[in-house]
Amino acid sequence: MDFLSRWVNKPVGMGVVKKGPGSRQLPIVFVFLLPGIFLFLVFNIYPLLKAFQISFYDWSIVPTNPSTFVGLDNYAQALADPIARLAFRNTVLYTMITVPGQIVLALAAALLLNSIVRGKVFLRTLYYLPVITSWVIVSLLFRYMFQSPNGFINYLLVNVLHLVESPIGWLQSASTAMIPVWLLGIWKGIGWSMVIFLAALQTIPAEIYEAADIDGAGNFHKLMRITLPLIRPTLVFVVVMLIIGGLNVFLPVALVTNGGPLQQTEVVLTYMYHQAFDFLEFGYGSALAFMMAIFIVSLSFIQLRFFRQPEEIF
Amino acid sequence: MGQKTSSMGAATMFRYLILIGGAIIMVVPFLWMVSTSFKEYAYVIEFPPKLIPEAPTLNNFVEAWTTGQFQVYFKNSMIVAVISVVLAVLISAMMAYAFARFRFPGKEILFFSILLLLMVPNIIGIIPQFLLAKALGLRNSLFGLILFYVATSLPLNTFLLRGFFETLPRELEDAMLIDGANYFTIFTRMVLPLSKPALATVSIFSLLGFWDEYILALTFIDDQTKRTLPIAIASFHGQHGTDWGLVFAASLIAMIPIVALYIVLQRYFTAGLTGAIKG
Repeated sequence: MDFLSRWVNKPVGMGVVKKGPGSRQLPIVFVFLLPGIFLFLVFNIYPLLKAFQISFYDWSIVPTNPSTFVGLDNYAQALADPIARLAFRNTVLYTMITVPGQIVLALAAALLLNSIVRGKVFLRTLYYLPVITSWVIVSLLFRYMFQSPNGFINYLLVNVLHLVESPIGWLQSASTAMIPVWLLGIWKGIGWSMVIFLAALQTIPAEIYEAADIDGAGNFHKLMRITLPLIRPTLVFVVVMLIIGGLNVFLPVALVTNGGPLQQTEVVLTYMYHQAFDFLEFGYGSALAFMMAIFIVSLSFIQLRFFRQPEEIF
Repeated sequence: MGQKTSSMGAATMFRYLILIGGAIIMVVPFLWMVSTSFKEYAYVIEFPPKLIPEAPTLNNFVEAWTTGQFQVYFKNSMIVAVISVVLAVLISAMMAYAFARFRFPGKEILFFSILLLLMVPNIIGIIPQFLLAKALGLRNSLFGLILFYVATSLPLNTFLLRGFFETLPRELEDAMLIDGANYFTIFTRMVLPLSKPALATVSIFSLLGFWDEYILALTFIDDQTKRTLPIAIASFHGQHGTDWGLVFAASLIAMIPIVALYIVLQRYFTAGLTGAIKG
């Protein structure tokens, strides 16, 4: 893998071009690049820069009314806004719960699947089903299952398993409303990580385990000393990707709780979206979005520095 | 992991037990969805809930398919997803080839911005994208959606394909160059045909993303006749008294193309993903 480490260190364009960047090549490469670069600059880069600009304004959505430059006011407002802080907390908590949840369960599923022969493909397909199903559909499905008092989950807990006395109002209370969202995030993501882990496990030669067997190593020992170190690059990749994905959480919150009750389950991006498109606070929304983007990018860089082993740096 | 023949029976049994238990948790929500879609008047929540409907009916499917403009939404989704995939894969393949094979000014900074956008979610730019779409007259237009979909999928697709193209043997290209072929011939006759597995993977994941895309479509489209399926399904979930049977019948109809695709092309779903990491 090492794509993550590669791009930090290694200059791109190691490709040997025999003729050098001669006059004949420049127009050719231009034709290959032009459509992509055009779309990329207009629809990706420009909006990002524009968001940065808007974040310093009390942005007027009516073109005839001038927008007022307010400096860092929107950022100051975000830092002081209790709902924004709560939304940030909810976002981080979502990440801290769903990332380890997905990693552990996906790794367990991959290890188990890798050790069986019959039914492997069939079981893998079942675990992968939530991955290929749209967020909209599974979010509505979880909303339906966690309804109270007569939803499927309450029925299971109260009437079948007898774990609780009376139905839980999952989505009515701020303290429980994020639980369906967390479970959804884990449930939907397991298959994705599992498939990647499975592929990495299959590259480990069986002889290593045979040698460990001869040495009398137990299963736990083999896992810690052989399996995990050998799939380390894959683990790092999956962890970094899942953390980025977790901090970007939007749809499951928007569709399961929509930030409710009383904005207590907002995450940063749903709060940003509500500010922008419900209250037309484009300046404030852009500041929120930008702070989140900076947070995600810095965190990813820190992780890459932290996870990379000394020999991977050069 | 290494298995000792002596304990294999019990250990294997245990493994299957856990795996099947996990699989049940993965699948039960879907069974529940299917079951609800066969129940009439599912907004009256029955208690206790029954997994097997007492009087199964196809009415929800008929209603979902025929009422309102569901067929229009289905067609819109098809148009947007298919055209976007073709354009996205072609354009990102071209860009990836340029990155894999040429030197050009600004290459480093361009590649770095692509990688940066892999981390930053598209929704960060949703406000200016909305303003841009409005200014360019691209709101309420499937063409507008297509442009934004293609653009937002470029960073990942380009990155994945570049990794694959770099593994292609350069000698073949050199031989073709010596024979007088130009880079377009090489690209269309050699690079693309040799990259079929990678192109298939990129196409599948792009298609999945476009078929399910919600935020841009929600933000850009007001005109009911331009809606795509995810918006339509979410709008079935009304504020008051959602008819869940209808919601899930519509959801299942929307899932059919994706599940069919997955069953037929399953190997590309996994092969490509892992190839990308090795990249």
